[in-house]
Amino acid sequence: MHVRSRLMLVIENVEDDLLKDWVKEQLAAPMLRRELMSETELRDQSRTFLKLFRGVPSKDGLLSTDGSEWAKVKEFVSDISRSRAKQGFSPSETATFIFSLRLPLFRMLRSELTREPDQLFGELENAAAILDKLGLYSTEVYQKSREEIINRQQQEMLEVSTPVIRLWEGILALPLIGTLDSRRTQIAMEVLLQEIVVTGADVAIIDITGVPMVDTLVAQHLLKTVAATRLMGAECIISGIRPQIAQTMVHLSIDLGKVATKATLADAFLLALRRRSSSTSADDKSSSLFNQNSARGE
Amino acid sequence: MERIPILKLSDFLLVTIQVDMHDRLALTLQEELTAKIVTTKARGVLIDISAMEMVDSFIGRIIGNIAAMSRILDAETVLVGMQPSVAITIVELGMTLPGVRTALNVDKGLKLLRDSLGKDRGEDAYGGLEA
Repeated sequence: MHVRSRLMLVIENVEDDLLKDWVKEQLAAPMLRRELMSETELRDQSRTFLKLFRGVPSKDGLLSTDGSEWAKVKEFVSDISRSRAKQGFSPSETATFIFSLRLPLFRMLRSELTREPDQLFGELENAAAILDKLGLYSTEVYQKSREEIINRQQQEMLEVSTPVIRLWEGILALPLIGTLDSRRTQIAMEVLLQEIVVTGADVAIIDITGVPMVDTLVAQHLLKTVAATRLMGAECIISGIRPQIAQTMVHLSIDLGKVATKATLADAFLLALRRRSSSTSADDKSSSLFNQNSARGE
Repeated sequence: MERIPILKLSDFLLVTIQVDMHDRLALTLQEELTAKIVTTKARGVLIDISAMEMVDSFIGRIIGNIAAMSRILDAETVLVGMQPSVAITIVELGMTLPGVRTALNVDKGLKLLRDSLGKDRGEDAYGGLEA
């Protein structure tokens, strides 16, 4: 029984040739992205990988890569996959790093073990199994890190997507950008209502210029926001309805009810100002008798 | 037994709900308020729920009922100071309280009531208040 398998010994013997061959193979691959990675970097990664790979203390059966002796190799592979995922490589480009080792390795094994066909076959089998597993592993890590990136971006989008703007005293605007789903509407609604409490605004303009598509669900979300705003004691104006959206809404027979709608934010702002001025001029006539009482009532 | 005070404020009634509304309290309020509207000949009712943190479908319905009853008794109801969480809950429960007028705070609610009464009764309504 070998303390170290022939595979590792062969790799150690011909490491320099193998590395040269492997790097050549990778450089020749049509999928290599030279703009994303330099040749030296590639060579460094390959060299480190080979060193770690042949350093794995192997027992007779090498077919499994689950054992702890593979931890270092796997860690390195996952580092590479992760960094490539971030750089914008595709999954197959990432996996090519491992899979391109296959041919050079097989060639070396054949030339080294040409006198022992049985041994050669066994080692080829071993090498293929290990490389397959590592290749799959790298794809898996790649996938995972992409998912992490997507999740983070989603979170960031949620955070930036709902600013409430104070347009005028008592007038708020909520420009919505992007597709509205229930989670985003919920956040937008909460932010708007909270801002209404803080500023004591009478009018809130919901601008949907940046909403690419309005279907029944989005309309329902909008109406919910409008209803909640009304319950708080402020009124809503929906603005930024593009012609196509108006058409879609009528085709879907979405009824916005009594909600005021305007084509542009400017129009909505004008309407809001007018409503405010009409309500304040009415206030001027009335006395200050109640203002003293009501200030305590809050 | 707990009771919710109903204050008379000139032509209006002011109800400030400061405690947790439970079902019996809500029904008591409904009864007392309608009685008080009749005895005081109030023209408007302000219900201040700014201290209310929670609402369920029953309380929501009672509020809607109170508004409808007051309207029959010729008094306008304005619900003031609803908290965002309460508003969201009511909307999610599918109740939009269609007949109820709302305002951000008591101050604005009073203005709203005075405006709508002023329209009804002409300018002398203001004169009556200011005297």
